[in-house]
Amino acid sequence: MSGDCFSIFTLLRQAWTGQGGLKPMWREPEPKSAYDAVIVGGGGHGLATAYYLAKEHGMSNIAVLEKGWIGSGNVGRNTTIVRSNYLLPGNIPFYEHSLKLWEGLEQEINYNAMVSQRGVINLFHSDAQRDDHVRRGNAMRLHGVDAVLLDREGVRQRAPFLDFDHARFPIHGGLLQPRGGTVRHDAVAWGYARAADRRGVDIVQNCAVTGIRVEAGRVIGVETSRGLIRAPRVGLACAGNSSRVAAMAGLRLPIESHVLTAFVSEALKPLINTVITFGAGHFYISQSDKGGLVFGASIDGYNSYAQRGNLPTIEDSCEEAMALIPALGRLRLLRHWSGIMDMSMDGSPIIDRTPIAGLYLNAGWCIGGFKATPASGWCFAHLIARDTPHPVAAAYRLDRFATGHLLDEAGTGADVTMH
Amino acid sequence: MTGDQTYRRADGGAIDRSRPLSFQFDGRRYRGYQGDTLAAALLANGVRLVGRSFKYHRPRGILSAGPEEPNALVELRGGARREPNSRATVAELFDGLEARSQNRFPSLSFDVLALNGLLAPLFAAGFYYKTFMWPAAFWEKLYEPLIRRAAGLGRASGLPDPDRYEKATAFCDLLVIGAGPAGLAAALVAGRSGLRVILAEQDFALGGRLLSDRRWIDGRPAIDWVAGVVDELGTMTDVRVLTRTSVIGAYDSGTYAAVERVADHLAEPPPFQPRQRLWRIVARRSVLAAGAIERPLVFGDNDRPGVMLAGAVRGYLNRFAVRPGARAVVFANNDEGARTVADLAAAGVAVAALVDPRPEAAAETRRIVEAAGARLLRGAQVVRARGGTRLTAVELAGVAPGSGIDPVIPCDLLAMSGGWNPTVQLTSHHGGKPVWDATIAGFVPGTVPPGMVVVGAAAGHFILADDLAQGAQAGAAAAQALGVTAAPVPGFSADPETAAILPLWRVPGARGKSFIDFQNDVAVSDVALAEREGFRAVEHLKRYTTLGMATDQGKTANVNGLAVMAELTARSISETGTTTARPPFTPTALGALAGHHRGPDFRPTRLTPGHDWAAEQGARFIEAGAWMRAQAFPQAGDADLQATIDREVLAVRQAVGLCDVTTLGKIDLQGPDVAEFLDRIYINGWKTLAVGRVRYGVMLREDGFVQDDGTTARLGPDHYLMTTTTANAGSVFRHLEFCHQVLWPDLDLRFISVTEQWAQYALAGPRARDVLAGIVDPGFDLDNAAFPHLAATETRVCDGVPARLFRISFSGELAYEIAVPARYGDALARRLMRQGADHGITPYGLEALNILRLEKGHVAGAELNGQTTARDLGFERMMSTRKDYIGRVMARRPALLAPDRPCLVGLRPVAATATLSGGAHLIARGAVANAAADQGHVTSVGASATLGHWIGLGLLANGRARWGEIVRAVDPLRGQDTEVEIVSPLFYDPEGKRLHA
Repeated sequence: MSGDCFSIFTLLRQAWTGQGGLKPMWREPEPKSAYDAVIVGGGGHGLATAYYLAKEHGMSNIAVLEKGWIGSGNVGRNTTIVRSNYLLPGNIPFYEHSLKLWEGLEQEINYNAMVSQRGVINLFHSDAQRDDHVRRGNAMRLHGVDAVLLDREGVRQRAPFLDFDHARFPIHGGLLQPRGGTVRHDAVAWGYARAADRRGVDIVQNCAVTGIRVEAGRVIGVETSRGLIRAPRVGLACAGNSSRVAAMAGLRLPIESHVLTAFVSEALKPLINTVITFGAGHFYISQSDKGGLVFGASIDGYNSYAQRGNLPTIEDSCEEAMALIPALGRLRLLRHWSGIMDMSMDGSPIIDRTPIAGLYLNAGWCIGGFKATPASGWCFAHLIARDTPHPVAAAYRLDRFATGHLLDEAGTGADVTMH
Repeated sequence: MTGDQTYRRADGGAIDRSRPLSFQFDGRRYRGYQGDTLAAALLANGVRLVGRSFKYHRPRGILSAGPEEPNALVELRGGARREPNSRATVAELFDGLEARSQNRFPSLSFDVLALNGLLAPLFAAGFYYKTFMWPAAFWEKLYEPLIRRAAGLGRASGLPDPDRYEKATAFCDLLVIGAGPAGLAAALVAGRSGLRVILAEQDFALGGRLLSDRRWIDGRPAIDWVAGVVDELGTMTDVRVLTRTSVIGAYDSGTYAAVERVADHLAEPPPFQPRQRLWRIVARRSVLAAGAIERPLVFGDNDRPGVMLAGAVRGYLNRFAVRPGARAVVFANNDEGARTVADLAAAGVAVAALVDPRPEAAAETRRIVEAAGARLLRGAQVVRARGGTRLTAVELAGVAPGSGIDPVIPCDLLAMSGGWNPTVQLTSHHGGKPVWDATIAGFVPGTVPPGMVVVGAAAGHFILADDLAQGAQAGAAAAQALGVTAAPVPGFSADPETAAILPLWRVPGARGKSFIDFQNDVAVSDVALAEREGFRAVEHLKRYTTLGMATDQGKTANVNGLAVMAELTARSISETGTTTARPPFTPTALGALAGHHRGPDFRPTRLTPGHDWAAEQGARFIEAGAWMRAQAFPQAGDADLQATIDREVLAVRQAVGLCDVTTLGKIDLQGPDVAEFLDRIYINGWKTLAVGRVRYGVMLREDGFVQDDGTTARLGPDHYLMTTTTANAGSVFRHLEFCHQVLWPDLDLRFISVTEQWAQYALAGPRARDVLAGIVDPGFDLDNAAFPHLAATETRVCDGVPARLFRISFSGELAYEIAVPARYGDALARRLMRQGADHGITPYGLEALNILRLEKGHVAGAELNGQTTARDLGFERMMSTRKDYIGRVMARRPALLAPDRPCLVGLRPVAATATLSGGAHLIARGAVANAAADQGHVTSVGASATLGHWIGLGLLANGRARWGEIVRAVDPLRGQDTEVEIVSPLFYDPEGKRLHA
């Protein structure tokens, strides 16, 4: 275990001593030949799972196996938005649990992930869309989640820079979740990694899983680029690579892998003080503490493992940006990058057992996995430790596509381009 | 020292002294010349302090002369045209240019946030993650707002961008990226070979480094050679030269994005010209000749204004005729040092010393230094730059004791060169990893995008004659690869040069902060801290310290940073690796990427043929997807919108109304297998539909939920016309295409969308037949027996206009829909209005349409929400058991058959005057309003003028068995809680007598 507890006193001492006393945030252990459980995937979900397994379930003889460097997947490539403004009863409690964990995260893991509850506004542009948002907002309120209906003036007060004068699709109002906001995404991976490490979890980077060993219907371990690692319980948290990793165990998942592009502008003095989503398209924007405008839109729409998007989607995203905020025209795009999304067939995730005993699946996060990170870890840890789903994630079953207990928030069906 | 171009050389350079320009920086007026960049003009006027750094607000000057500039960022222009974070090094000077320094308060020379610099020991890398946590509530209220205000760089105007942008698409055989020596040679040979060539150059002049260095090609000054090539390219009709054009991204299938700055060098775009143009260039081959970017050296306080890249110094001297200082020291670990000394001396700048950490020096170097009257300090290093807002001296190490040389040399200019990084960014856009090349101490391209060849400095070749040859060969090779006979590859000669380098990643024993990433204030100590804390992977290093994340994307910083990390971890640079470059290569205005798609032109606007007629009738229009539809037709006597809607509804119920229903999707299907096709698409059967009849149909998605509903008419034995909802016109057509092309290509039918080809009107109400009789042919029998409910026919109206006539009703009244070719749409509406004048014909809009359908319990968008099954909506009996159809199997999944699923009900408020609200949830009386008690929701509501009270539709658990029960419609968002009675969704004329009238 490594690293000190951060307090104002340790910080001042470090400043005084030239930061010489600081230790690695996490160790770089050689993988052991066997663990009580192994998590495949050192992203946000995998690291959170490991942390909660150790913290809540006392399982510290566990490892997180990451083929590259931790946080190199979608936790390091997203638009940093957190919220629990969902519609369906199978989703709201889970995402609200996540938001509550976000709210206490910094004290919990002694790491400032800059959870910033600056509000999330979903704009609506027609009466029908308003009714949809009202239905959802009321569902949230009935679940005890905060939601506020804004009229056009209410939106204008919070975001005067939106196009209120010449919009092709005028803004009628918005559904605000005041407790939604943003989180410094990389810090989530690092904070969970550090906290897990401090509880004895081995975080093994540059360790690619190459096979899943199954005997008599039970998982017994994983083959890796660094040798066989035995474990009676294996949790897969591989996001865009879920299908590939699950295939090592002969599983075919109801998931397609798609490319999603996110964007950041040059750093600017504060302009956008909340998170805004555009209802006449699919677009979301906020401003980071560093000053960059962070935004994203839809997936490219074709199956891909290539971490790059293409111009039609990039242009489309910027068109939505300009349609929403005409003041963006002279601001500059600094960078766009793309990650691979594990798109499930109903737009909702899977946290469940698999037909192979001891092999657990955490996948199908589509384009919205970041906000779920704490609850995903919490519930996946519960599932792995107790072999039974956590109540707030009970709807995330793998067999729901067979039974029809779908969680299709937007009612778009099995069309992943619409999720 | 800010006189009128005190630092301008008397002659030389590529500026036009006959065109003086006036400009302002921080409110002070200066002068420059046409051909200057803002940076060059500032230097000419002795302005050295230009900006402040991101974190410590340290004073910063001009480091470079190109797009890699990390320091000299300014706010350009004013008002709505303000452009924050503009690099002075690439901003072309124009008359009246206004620029302001940024990220400082209250002024550039006195910035109170420079206090951050004193706290630098605390504000080390990753500082934020470890603090601001106590007490927990203070983050959002106190710390974060402070951090946000201190962070950021320039200020956005916050006002709509007044300029226009446009997009263009171009196709070519060969795209040449960069018009330096290699790029020009490539374009020349490719052009001579007859290829269609696009040559893109980010600068406003062609020539690349040849503009900045005093070089010779084929025995004449290189700039003369450039002029010759430019002239020849100008004569080639298939060669397009785009200056001021940055290629920003390499995408799939040979597609490149480039941004042309059409009018950024002018105060405002000329009339009808865009500010910028996004080029989508589809190229069969490409040559990347993007050159290289010089590396700073890493020593103490190496960020002082006056410390510049040596290549930039030469550029300012030679191209812009500006002396960036009066007394210079040159510090270089490679052979660029001597060249810089020579150019400085030639320009009349006193050179104190050439500091070269290498132990040996070539004879030529010694000769140059001696001729310049400078000292050659071999094996020495600059360990610190002195000065505050401008450089005053450098401190040296490695000067032999007793040599008599003072280790502190006063100077106001330090020209430094740490070697060159090939500009490989575009090669990484497809995921290629650059490869470390120890001989040049830089990364060279690894795997490149398909069709790309990298030449010249971008490929790590720094000898001019070789670069020219490589470029020419690449041009010829492109021709050959495309099956064209290549023009001869000319031989080139250039003045001799060497490019030896001894890597120096950080100066040992440096005093003060040794910056690596200038803009983000990342110093060697931050990299060391990252290493100690375990952030050793390059991507961790980047994210933890923000190295390479500034507006320059680490163009001058990345390699130094990872090399230092490699040293600290005792790994090779190859093992350490490099971060992945992402588009755009250079920061790009969002407006350019959006083009003209903004404001009203964000998306196309679809208007029906009857739009003008509706407007003349006083219609209020509303967006319905891409369409604009009439919401209602207010008249002078109407008290409010509700009164208008009531009037329109009652007109339909009591007389006759006219509604434009053109926007509904229309799909024309023909062929012998249409009936079979429809059988498989819809849940109900179609084989029995007779010619001249219409049937209502419901179709499911493959997952068993309702996709859409609508009518399909059989116009002839093999000819059908399907209508869809307005919202689903596109998705249904796509669905049909998928089913036909992928699932059942054997079925013999063809279909096409004819939504736009036909204008269609609903004529509804008890007097509809009377109105219609006036426009059909005299012989046409409209009688109930001859043309009953659900009849359809092709006929003629208005004395010969071809028409399709359907007796269908959404309102529940006697109703017809008449379709005519779109060009007759406007005339038909007017004719029907005239024809119906005596019958009280009233145009009605979407709002009245909605009330009418609600009164009849017809489902629409809010019920067809993608989450409902046919059973939920009461269509269970339509689901054929005698055939297969899309969605049939999936609709049988247990959850879709669960008896307690919410299903369609009618809702009426218990209190006659109560209103209803869409989106309210349905909760049992007496229950606590919470999620556990949630039984469904209100989908659609409206005030029924016909019935005299509000009505609604909803989806309620087990709703069909609960008619007569009273529940609550709870709307916490709006603070409403209304008792409603569950009733049949058929509020009006449940027997359907009126539509058979």
